[in-house]
Formats: sequence, C-alpha cells, structure tokens
Amino acid sequence: MLEDTLQVFIDGIKNYFAHTNEPEVKIGTPYLVDNNAPESADYTGIIGVSGPNKGCVYFTSPKILLKHLLLSIGESETHEENMVDLVGEVANTLSGYARRTFGKSFMISVPVVIEGVPSAIHLPRKLRSYVIPVTWKSYNASVVICLQPD
Amino acid sequence: MKSYNLMIVDDSNIIRNKIKRAYDKEKFSVVCTATNGEEAIEMFKSHPVDVVTMDLTMPKMEGIACIENLIAINPDVLILVVSALSDKATGIEALEKGATGFLLKPFTEDQLQDALNELTDDIYA
Repeated sequence: MLEDTLQVFIDGIKNYFAHTNEPEVKIGTPYLVDNNAPESADYTGIIGVSGPNKGCVYFTSPKILLKHLLLSIGESETHEENMVDLVGEVANTLSGYARRTFGKSFMISVPVVIEGVPSAIHLPRKLRSYVIPVTWKSYNASVVICLQPD
Repeated sequence: MKSYNLMIVDDSNIIRNKIKRAYDKEKFSVVCTATNGEEAIEMFKSHPVDVVTMDLTMPKMEGIACIENLIAINPDVLILVVSALSDKATGIEALEKGATGFLLKPFTEDQLQDALNELTDDIYA
C-alpha cells in the first residue's frame, strides 16, 4: 500500500476530530500486522470496500474513548447503543472521506459493528493490514486498513 | 418568518440527535424521522414535509434512490444531503436526482444550521 493511501486516512482521522469540541488528536506511525492477530479494542466499526480496491477499513476503540467522544460531539447519552452507533459512524465517515481521493469507485458498505476482533469474513487471515494508531485525550484507538487490488 | 416541516433521514441515532439539536427552532420543526430510504418514503407520504435531511449510505434503500422517490411524490420538496461520501461525482449525482444542497459529514451544529438556512433562503433568491 502506498504511503499516499495511508495519508488519505490519516487526513480523514484529523478531519473527524477537528469537528469535535476537542480537536487535538495524535497519529502514531502506521505499522503492518498479520490478520491472524488483528488489532482490536472493545468495539469495532467495519466498512466493507469493493471496486478496484477490495477489503475493509475499520475503526476499533475502547468504550471510554467512545463515551468521551459522544460528549465531545454534543451527545449527552453515552449508553451502549450510542457507543455502537458512534464506532460505526466514525468508520463510515473515514471511509467516505477517502472517496475524495479514490473517487466513487471506492465503494463502501454500511457499517457493521462488533465487539472485539473482526471475523475472517471481514478480515481474510492470510492478508496483512496497516494499523494507524490514534490517541485522543490519552485514550488509544486504531484505524485499520486491509485493501488489495481486485 | 416562514416555518418548515423537517424530516430527518439517517440510520445513525447520534446523527439524527445532532441534527435535532442544531436546526433553528423558530424556522423548522421536526415532523418525522426515518432510519432508511424505505421508511422515509412511508413517512413522507403520511406527513406534511417541506425539507428533508438525507443520508446516502443506509440499509434497505440508499439515499440517492430515496431522493428520486421523494421528488417523484413532491417535486417541490427541499432535500439537504448530509453524507460522508466526499467525491464530487456523488454530490453531482445527488443534485441531478433532485437534491437541493449537500453537507459533508462530519459537520458542526453551526454548519448544519447554515446549510438548512441557505437551502430555504435560496427559494427567495
């Protein structure tokens, strides 16, 4: 995967948090992982990607980050249902942002939200993914990109 | 000031809530909400709706198809697309199908309010 591709998602992360009440977000150095040991936290919002690039983009986050993020976008109800909703919405927004560069052929699904590790259906175990570490308000989350040419 | 009946269409509860917090309460009142395109069409038929905020990526029926259906029912309805899909082609397609404006996610409450006001002010431009 090209550095430019990762930069698109890094820009998308910065853009997302720029629209919250606490815009400062730290992006760590991206790294590669085998999909048989995928990165995951409490909740994971997964977007399936089809078209010239196939695979998925997911945002995985601890509950505590999601609770604070809900408050930071003005949502006072921080219950489970809204945390699930938010983790999917973040994944959707980051993937939608990528279409600015990749165009309409970067086709994205509605979010699927799970607890913990994505299944092999979403994340083929033979492949590898890029992990972009995200730190916001001292809480760590990750954006994970697993794309391959069709 | 003219007042408008608003329908919010988005599969995300937190986005629907955000839109409810943001709109100008003197100018708009929410008459119904929907979580997908199919539900939106049913709501649209049974409620007096002037303005719609429309997500594009939704289950069951996506936003573009829903816009076409709503315009077929009432060509005068004002539709503000509120979507994360940031490519130009999608924006142009939505406008060609009958949408009146486009607001990218993520958005601030001020940006939403401005977009809704621009949409309705344009009628008298």
